[in-house]
Amino acid sequence: MSDAYYEKIARINLTTGEIKAEPLDLELAKKFIGGRGLGTKILYDEGVATVDPLSPDNKLIYITGPMTGSNSPSSGRYMVVTKSPLTGMIACANSGGIWGAKLKFAGWDALIVEGQAPDWCYLNIVDDKIEILDAREYLHVLSEEMDDKLKAKHGADCSVLNIGPAGEKQVLLAAVMNDKDRAAGRSGTGAVMGSKKLKAIVVKATRKQLDVIADVEALKEANKACLKIMTDNPLTGAGLRALGTASLVNVINGIGALPTKNWQESYCPTADQFSGETLAEKYLVKPGACFHCPIACGRIIKHDDKVVGGPEYEPLWAYGSDCGNDDLYTIDEANRLCNEYGLDAIGVPCTIAAAMELYQRGFIKEEDCAGVPLEWGSKEALIEWTKRMGDPKTELDHLMASGSARLCEHYGHPEFSMSVKKQEIPAYDARAIQGIGINYATANCGAAHVRGYMIAPEVLGIPAQLDRTVTDEKAGWAKTFQDLTAAIDSMGTCLFTSFALGAPEYASLLNAATGTNYTPEELLEVGDRIFNIERMFNKAAGMKPEDDRLPKRLLTEPISNGPSKGMVSKLDITLPQYYAARGWVNAFPTDETLKKLGLDECVGK
Amino acid sequence: MIEVRFFSTLREGRGKITQVPAEEASTAGDLLYHFGIPAEEVAILLINGFHSTPADNVKDGDIISLFPPVGGG
Repeated sequence: MSDAYYEKIARINLTTGEIKAEPLDLELAKKFIGGRGLGTKILYDEGVATVDPLSPDNKLIYITGPMTGSNSPSSGRYMVVTKSPLTGMIACANSGGIWGAKLKFAGWDALIVEGQAPDWCYLNIVDDKIEILDAREYLHVLSEEMDDKLKAKHGADCSVLNIGPAGEKQVLLAAVMNDKDRAAGRSGTGAVMGSKKLKAIVVKATRKQLDVIADVEALKEANKACLKIMTDNPLTGAGLRALGTASLVNVINGIGALPTKNWQESYCPTADQFSGETLAEKYLVKPGACFHCPIACGRIIKHDDKVVGGPEYEPLWAYGSDCGNDDLYTIDEANRLCNEYGLDAIGVPCTIAAAMELYQRGFIKEEDCAGVPLEWGSKEALIEWTKRMGDPKTELDHLMASGSARLCEHYGHPEFSMSVKKQEIPAYDARAIQGIGINYATANCGAAHVRGYMIAPEVLGIPAQLDRTVTDEKAGWAKTFQDLTAAIDSMGTCLFTSFALGAPEYASLLNAATGTNYTPEELLEVGDRIFNIERMFNKAAGMKPEDDRLPKRLLTEPISNGPSKGMVSKLDITLPQYYAARGWVNAFPTDETLKKLGLDECVGK
Repeated sequence: MIEVRFFSTLREGRGKITQVPAEEASTAGDLLYHFGIPAEEVAILLINGFHSTPADNVKDGDIISLFPPVGGG
């Protein structure tokens, strides 16, 4: 072995208790890189697309990439790949921390969890030994306490991944948590873990570094070159460390693209009160970094008498202006609750925002709210409804815990759910930033900003400044960003490195680590292949062309206030251009496109 | 008056927001000079919410927002 893979996958059947070590198909791994790409390919081949996501038939893959655990900058990522119970399509939730690196050090490229345990259990991994242990005593334990308890039992040098009460209750917005405050947050992967009665995975490794690199010297050189680029870059070298992703609050508000009150407005006059600047001034203790990351975008904050992981840009926005709130302490607390209950800190507050609009319009009545009315900006509502969604009891608790699409559908007003493929849209108004709307509409996991972050060129000027208000050339840019992102994710490298690095640097890292000879163009083609296998998974799962859409509000209701007043999304122009760029017809790849990408097994499907 | 808004590290020693008489600046670059900010330290320069450059004209009533390199996801 000398190719950055340990060439070993654990297949764990929780129904039977059987644990098997299987060889990694190396040719397949290199064709799909690893992580997101390989995980999706395995699920596609094993027929998971057609199963009930919360049934024992679904499979839950925890997967690393070849760079995971390496000495390359920001290379500690792992992914949870499964069929999403929220969207009914592919889920790939990506997380940092150190858990993924330790799984790799233990000698596993991936874990495939199948079936359903007879009772609550957890996995204990020590190098190549995996055991299924009794977790009944940990039921209803909050995520951080669970981490402490398992470390007390298995040693401080282990790393813990777990679900909180939300995952146990199969809440569709449940996240998988690791290392206390890192989250594989989106698409309801925590609910799938809960459906299998799997509460946690503890991993401990004797190995402290990746010792299967194809060309150690070449990787050393590539690492050095990439680290220099990242250190010299003002954003990855200093900007993200200073204010974290929270620095975006004032930028996005400044251009009039900060959705406010469930996207009824797009500019919040008091946004500075929950900005990165204010977070740093009032609560920041220090920046936080994941495994081997020089960027350190994380926020470690003081909250009451505790030091905890602080909010990123997304929850600052979602619990902030999107819910009509500008109280930062409340956002910190709500974000902490999301981590403790194991909840998606985008989906939950966005669903509360949708509920607040339903309440504003009289569809949800005060008497339905069990003493906590869903009024805009109510601090009590934000805290209490987060808890209720994390451990639902009443009918409205359960409805809200199922996400905004199901909630608004229930009240007969699906138009108030700001979601795509039933997943809530992140923090950038696609009416004011034309390219990001293409990504929201077409991301295979449902609305996401990190599947093709068009905010970089359209707002941040990286790698070039595009005019955010026009549609010209956006389809091609969106495709390229999506393809490169698919490759970076699959490598196990953090997407934030792409603020400084480009395809040539990623190709140099991957080639040195795995012994491949990808050119930058070929690496993008691998990304294209990955994006297409995800799309074919979705097609098999029943996705329809009309699922590539944006909420009506973004297409027909012009922005009502702020600098971008009057704008709407022009997806009707960009979507056909995007399909043409992809070689797709009616939302799906043609057979010719599939053959070109080496996906012959999908032809005719 | 022209309103100038500072963000992130550009607030250090300058505060959050200030007003400059319109006659003191004809371009955004004049404002950067006025506040002693090298152009290369400004990653995003907005005039009334739209991306602009130091060469762009400013006028009475404009809001200028100045950001160092920031980002995230």
